[in-house]
Parts: sequence; C-alpha cells; structure tokens
Amino acid sequence: MKETAQHTNGIVSGIIANLVIVRVDAPVAQNEICFIQHADTQLMAEVIKILGDKAYVQVFESTRGLQPGMQVTFTGHLLEATLGPGILSKNYDGLMHDLDTMTGIFLKRGEYTLSFDMEQKWNFRPLAAVGDNVTAGSWLGEVTENSIPHKIMAPFKLEGQYTLQFVAEPGAYQATETIAILTDSRGKEIPVSMVQKWPVKKAVKAYQNKPRPFKLLETGVRTIDTLNPIVEGGTGFIPGPFGSGKTVMQQAISKQAEADIVIVAACGERANEVVDLFTEFPELEDPWTGRKLMKRTTIIANTSNMPVAAREASVYTAMTIAEYYRSMGLKVLLLADSTSRWAQALREMSNRMEELPGPDAFPMDLPAIISNFYSRAGIVYLNNGQTGSITFIGTVSPAGGNLKEPVTESTKKVARCFYALSQQRADSKRYPAIDPIDSYSKYLEYPELLKTLNEQIAPDWADQVGELKNILFRGKEAAEQINILGDDGVSIDTHLSFWRSEVVDAIILQQDAFDPVDARCPLNRQKYMVDKVLDVTNTALDFGSYEEVNPYFKRVIAALKQMNYSEFESQKFKQYEEELRQILDERKTG
Amino acid sequence: MDTRAFQRIYTKIEQITKATCTLRATGVGYEELAMVAGKEAQVVKIMDDMITLQVFAGTEGIPTNAEVVFMGKAPSLKVGDALAGRFFNAYGQPIDGGPEADGEEREIGGPSVNPVRRKQPSELITTGIAGIDLNNTLVTGQKIPFFADPDQPYNQVMAMVALRAKADKIILGGIGLTNDDYLFFKNVFENAGALHRIISFVNTTEDPPVERLLVPDMALSAAEYFAVDKHEKVLVLLTDMTLYADALSIVSNRMDQIPSKDSMPGSLYSDLAKLYEKAVQFEDGGSVTIIAVTTLSGGDITHAIPDNTGYITEGQLFLRRDTEIGKVIIDPFRSLSRLKQLVIGKKTRADHPQVMNAAVRLYADAANARTKLENGFDLTDYDERTLEFAREYSRQLLAIDVNIDTEKMLEVAWELFARYFSQAEVGMKQELMDKYWVDEKS
Repeated sequence: MKETAQHTNGIVSGIIANLVIVRVDAPVAQNEICFIQHADTQLMAEVIKILGDKAYVQVFESTRGLQPGMQVTFTGHLLEATLGPGILSKNYDGLMHDLDTMTGIFLKRGEYTLSFDMEQKWNFRPLAAVGDNVTAGSWLGEVTENSIPHKIMAPFKLEGQYTLQFVAEPGAYQATETIAILTDSRGKEIPVSMVQKWPVKKAVKAYQNKPRPFKLLETGVRTIDTLNPIVEGGTGFIPGPFGSGKTVMQQAISKQAEADIVIVAACGERANEVVDLFTEFPELEDPWTGRKLMKRTTIIANTSNMPVAAREASVYTAMTIAEYYRSMGLKVLLLADSTSRWAQALREMSNRMEELPGPDAFPMDLPAIISNFYSRAGIVYLNNGQTGSITFIGTVSPAGGNLKEPVTESTKKVARCFYALSQQRADSKRYPAIDPIDSYSKYLEYPELLKTLNEQIAPDWADQVGELKNILFRGKEAAEQINILGDDGVSIDTHLSFWRSEVVDAIILQQDAFDPVDARCPLNRQKYMVDKVLDVTNTALDFGSYEEVNPYFKRVIAALKQMNYSEFESQKFKQYEEELRQILDERKTG
Repeated sequence: MDTRAFQRIYTKIEQITKATCTLRATGVGYEELAMVAGKEAQVVKIMDDMITLQVFAGTEGIPTNAEVVFMGKAPSLKVGDALAGRFFNAYGQPIDGGPEADGEEREIGGPSVNPVRRKQPSELITTGIAGIDLNNTLVTGQKIPFFADPDQPYNQVMAMVALRAKADKIILGGIGLTNDDYLFFKNVFENAGALHRIISFVNTTEDPPVERLLVPDMALSAAEYFAVDKHEKVLVLLTDMTLYADALSIVSNRMDQIPSKDSMPGSLYSDLAKLYEKAVQFEDGGSVTIIAVTTLSGGDITHAIPDNTGYITEGQLFLRRDTEIGKVIIDPFRSLSRLKQLVIGKKTRADHPQVMNAAVRLYADAANARTKLENGFDLTDYDERTLEFAREYSRQLLAIDVNIDTEKMLEVAWELFARYFSQAEVGMKQELMDKYWVDEKS
C-alpha cells in the first residue's frame, strides 16, 4: 500500500449501474477507497479493477445523477473499520457508520457518520508498565464498556517489537487522546490512543496460535447442544429454504448463547427482522449476566434494500469487530444472515465487469472467498496466554431450496457444523426444523471435545447422545416400513421403534422458540430431559395390538411436553413427571 | 411532458437496438429521463460522451435523426391529495379522462428508510378470512405475496382483502394486467364505494412490457407520500410481479448481461427487494403494507422468481382448491405469515397461537390418513376422526368465503377439537385446555 501525502485524483468517465469508471492521473491500488464528488456530497467507492489509466470502482451508494467529468479523490487506504470503546450496543450500516446518528427518516447518500463518539471520556486503567515489551495487540490498558472490560491494545498494524515508553495514569481520557507512547528499535516514537483502524478484508493475526476447539458453546437449543453441538471458536452454517425457520433459529442463538459479545450481521435480509432486534434486544435480558442483551450486542445492518456493494463489506466489517473483541480475550459469537446475499452481491459485480462466470453465474473464486472468510473464526491463545474466540454461524439461502448450489457447496467444505433445515419438518410445524439425521457436528469427532463434554455434563454423555441418534435412525426406518407395508403389516416392535423416535423428536428436537420457558433450555435441564426420554425409550412395554400404541404414546408425549413447558423442577413440572411415571407403570412389563 | 427552456436537442442517434439507442451527448446524469421521438427513455449506461438510453415503449420506428431531449431529472411523480380516486399509466399520466393530477414532483425509486427509524409492525390487519386471520395473520408494514397458478382467483381474493382491510388508501399497481382484470378491479372498487381512497397505476397487456418496470415504483412513491407526509395506513396491491421480473429479464438480455438461474438477471434479488422493502411501519402511525401476486408455473416455487420473492417477503399465501368441499381454501401447510408472531396471542386472544398450531397439526394427520387410504391401507379410528375434522375445518375455517371475526374463529376451532378428539390428542398447554375446552355435554 502506498503511503503518500499526495493523493491521486481522477475524473468520472463512465457509469453502468453502481460500477463507475474513473480516469486517473497517478498510481492507484486495487481495493483502494475513493470519494466521488457529486454536488455537495461525497460518495464512497472501492477500486475493484484497473485497466491502464482507468480504475473501475464500485460505489457504495446509488449512482443516480452521476455525470462524466465529476471529480474523484483517492484516499490511499483500503476499506477500514474504526475500532475503539463505544462499539457495543451500536447499530451500524455495512460500512460501520452509526445509523442512529444519521438525520431524517430516509438514508441520505453520502451521509457518513462516525462509528462511535470520539469525544466521550473513558476511565482508563493501565495494564502495562513503562519498559514492557509490546507487540501488535498487547494489552496496554483497560476501560469499562457496558460493564465489559475493554482492553486498549497496541495497534494491530504494528510489525515487530516495541518498548512502552509512556502509559497514562489512571483517569478519564477521551478516546482520541494519547494514552501510551511506544518506541521502536530505532527509537522512533509511536503515540497510541484508544482508537485504531484496520482494513476489514485482512485477518487480524495478533495472537500466538489457534488450537482445535475443545469447549462447548451452550445455545439453549436442545437439538444443537445435545445432538450436534457447536463449540467455542467453531464454525457452523444453517442452510434452508425460505420459511424453514433460519432467522428464528439465528435469533434464538443470538439471544441465548453463552457469549460475552454477540455481533449480528444482517446481510441483505429483511429490514423488519433487524427492527425485531432493535426492538427486543434493549428489553430482553442476557440469561448469563442478567444485563440487557443490547449491552453485549452490535448489529451491522445492510438490509436488502441498502446498496449492494456495501453488502459485501458488511460481513467483513462484522468479522473485524469480532476479531477486535477476541483480541481482548473475550468469547465472541458472530452471526451472519445470510451469506448467500453476500455471494449474490459478488455475482452482480462480477457480471457488470463482464468476467467469465463460474457455476450459476457466480464468480469463479467464490469457494476461495468463502473459505477464507470462515477461516477467520476460531479460538486463539493470545500472546499473553489468555484465550479468546470467535464462533461463527452463517445462514445460507439456497436457490430453490436446492443444497447442490455453489454457495451451499462451498460453505459445506469449510464449516464444521451443518444444520440442515428441512422443508418437510417445517411444513408439519416441527420446529426448529433442523433435520437430526442429515445434520452433523464434526466436533463430535474431536476427542478433546468429548472429554470436556463428559466432564462437564456426565461421564456417559457421549454414549447417551449416540443412543438418541440411534433411536431417531431406527424410527426413520420404521416409518418407512409402516408406509410401505401398512400399520397391520409390521410387528408391534416396529410401531414401538417409530413411536420411541417420536418421543425423542417431540421432547428433545422440538422446542417452542416463542414460549417463555421452553425457548431456552439450559444444559442441566437438557441432561435431565435426555435421561427422562431414555428412561421412556428403555422401558419395556406390553401391548395387545398395534392400535393401542399410538394413543398410548400420545399420552406419554403430552406429559413430557407439559414438563418442557413448566419451570424446571417446579411443582407443576414434578406433577407431570409423576403423571408420566403412572402412564409408564400401566404397561410396564416385568 | 413539458420541456425546459434552452434545452439542447440532439438529432443524431448512432446505434439502435430493440430496446436501446445510443448517441453522443454531454452533461447527462445517470438514470436521467429523456424523450426520444416523443417516447420516454432513461439513461442506463454512460461511456464518456456515449449515452445509452433504454426506450420503455421499444425503439420501433425511431429514425437515426429522431429528436432526443434530456429532461434533467430521473422519472418522477407529482404527489398530492389529487391522486386519490384516479387511474394512471406507468408514467403517471391519467388514463381516466381526467386532468393531470397536481402536486409536488418527487423522483420515483427514491432512497431507503433508515432501519432504525422503522417501528416494529404490531397492528393487525383483519380480513375476516380465517385462512388468513387465524393461520396467517397479516400486520401493517408487512409485505406478502399470493403464490398462485394463473387459473386461481387471486385477484378476487386480493380485492376482497383490500376492501376489508380498513386502509386509508389502497394503491393498485397493475403490472401487465389483462384489460378484463383491470375492469374487474375498477368495478369492485366502484361498487364498494371505495373509489375515493383508491389510486391505480396500470400497465395492461396491451402496453409495451418494459414500461411495466415503472409501475411498482410509481405505486410505491405514491404510497410513501401518504404514509410519510400524511401518516396514513396505505395498502399497496402489486399484481402480477412475475411479469415485472419477466420485464427485468428482457432488459438485462438486451443489455447483454449474463443470465443466472432461469434466465433471470443476477440482480433479481436486489431488484425485487428494493420494491418489497418499501413496506414499512413508522412511529407516527403511517405505514405501507404490500400484498402482491407472483404467478407460478405449474406450482413450481423453486423457479427463480418465487424463490427470490420468498426470501424477501414476510411469508406467502397459497390458494388451493379443496376437492372434498369444492371450495378454494388458503392452504394451511404452505402459507406462512412471518409477522403473525408479533400480534397473535398479544393483540388476539392468548390461546390463538396454540389453537392455530394444533389445528394445522391435526390437519396434517388427516393428510397422512388420506395417503394411507389412497394406498389401500385400513384406517384406524383416529385416522377416521382426523378426516372428518379436516373436512369441517376446511369448510368452516379455511375456505375463502368465510367472513367472521377472530374470536369466533377460535371458538369454531375449539368446538371442532372437542367434537373429534380427546385432550391428549390435541396436546396443548394444559391451562389453555382447562379454560377453553368445550364440554360436549353442556
């Protein structure tokens, strides 16, 4: 990247939708940011191709009214995020401009607000001492942001070793004030404030190493935690046709997950869904701390009617913010809904540049772009030995619900948890519609995770989960047999296999995201219900004919369901548990 | 259309294709409106001084020496109270014989609402149709299409919903409407005495297809005026959005763009989203609600148009002919209103969500029983009862000719539950069953 005081200028020579061709008089860099002067506003754009003296730039705004001959100023840097205290609780557009400080009902072209208040004073406490060795990401001090310790770090852009020459006394400082001075090996002084910038498309690498994930990240969603768990620093994706419950699923995870920080990137999705978050998060409580959810959340909203070019930027902005908080030793959960819209934004641009298309007209390098993005997640050991993590879950909206399309296929290669939403389950209102048999969590193959699960939950937990899966599998086979041979064409055992899997389905898999009690099921309660369900499925029962099986199991499921709806271990909960025991006693053999 | 003083007139067109013409001109802005031999056109590409214009009505008969005048503005509409009760074409010109509607001129296809200035939709729209109010409740600020085959009575249902919805203004965007359907809407609105609150922008099948691209933007610009400036509840009807998408693909094809799935432009999702996302609820009570129609080909919802639409809109409504009762019903399986969670059980009675789910679940059991029957298997007693339930449920609640209030719908459902099932089979929260279960003896 060139670092010159003299910026390159250019003039607009062509316009096709949001692709603008700029004739330049001096060097420009690929992905450099520039501003187009339109009347009294400046429109932000990014260089995406250079041919001779022509720079092709994608404009992050509507290009209506642009004319050849308009002035363009290049900035000399890439698309950057501004990082510092004050990011939490903010609602940003895709380029990290604060939506709340914008004026008027409608978005105005060229209105670029600050990411946070630079003049706000923060109570600074130093964490490092003069003379300390400092590298990129070293913790120099700390302020408290929404009750969360926010580390003030040496800028990520630093390369090599530095010495801390000065650090401010404890006290209140503005974000932009110098709170430390570093010196490099040649004695050059580098002032450091609480604010730093980072190019969003580059991964922050200020850590020692990235081990394999080994700790469960509790979401309170039974079908995830129990059957196909996601882990701290893990990656997962949720593909599903429209109406199968992707968004409800993601919202449930964002509300309940055991994370310090939640970053939600609403990427090319419905504005009303973002409004749900705006409305509910300031009201709802974080089940882990009791504070309001919004206190730990940052929302990046590039809704589907906002400029397409900023859609691609929005996921990178979100990832950069997540990396910033991970470097403070925090557990960050990053959700992106939906990564397909981002891929479509890439497709629109590639098309306008008349590149030769890959499958379904997506750009050829789509798989590489997706895998590169997912690889930025992970749990890390920071240079000071602490851990921090980014758990990333993306949704994919496959065209026509067909999982054999480029975005789903590319994502499947890199994401380790696969939560397949099934149209069939959604149609029969079995929510969450995650298919228990098609879905998987590769982390269940990690011995290091199994070890922590057995320690954390119960010594035989992994076996119990295996048993639940077997019951579901046998149930599916039984259902197929019954469909082919008819109710009276199969043995009572086949009916029992089917109904046992129905119990697992109704009680463990299905969960009412809109019920105040059932919406979130803590791990200990999940364990309790798994025991209960296995108790039922392991009880030998006696039936005279197959016709008795269906009504009997409906009663079993009804009693267990009432347990799910009741406060854990409450009077009501125990009453239904007793009712269940009596139902089982009616037909228990031996 | 009036022209400005000192306008420069160009008379040398260098290139003409079916939909575009290209000429040398300066001082022209992107998306600017122009007149080519008296036909409306818009700037779609600028390369130095080479300007490419898309001529909405097609380039037929345009000579290379045609007069080209640039209007210095993007396509716009004069908004004001004078719009009410009027019928316009895709350019916003009257087609009802009346004078030009006066008002403030605003560019169509304007900027998006800042998401933080939106309010969470929470006001229920009642239609009296239980297939909608009970199972797929609509909310102001929502956008939802009917997914329908061309032979289904979607326009009739839509007109009925619009008239019952208690909206301050109803704006009809007719996109490739047949003349018969256009007259149908006109008659229905007239007969209902509702003409004063209706505004129509109509492009019929007789008009050039590319003109259709302007209709939704015209309708939505008018809607935004009444919702933002007048704080009114506005309902926008867009029929048929499939024809809108078809027009997009014609243009993209003529601009030599690489087509993606189903020959649709790669930007189809963004193009549709820009329109549908105009649906909004504001703090001060103004709202824009969009009910659209997307016609399907043979019920295929995996085609790019319904598929992209489904990802944008807040649910979809399916019509289906129930052969057993011989009526059109709102299909409870495939229909979905995503915003219903914001009002059901809150603005309606507390048992609403669970009654809705239980009824649909039992209806699904009936569908399974029917499959068994068709495959020649014996039915259990439970199967028989679900089939009887399904018939009554369909007749008394799902049929589109039902017109009752929501409370009554819930009562009918409880009555049907008790008639055909035990409490364990219905399987709801016990408190609700204790409270609402209809004792057969009483």
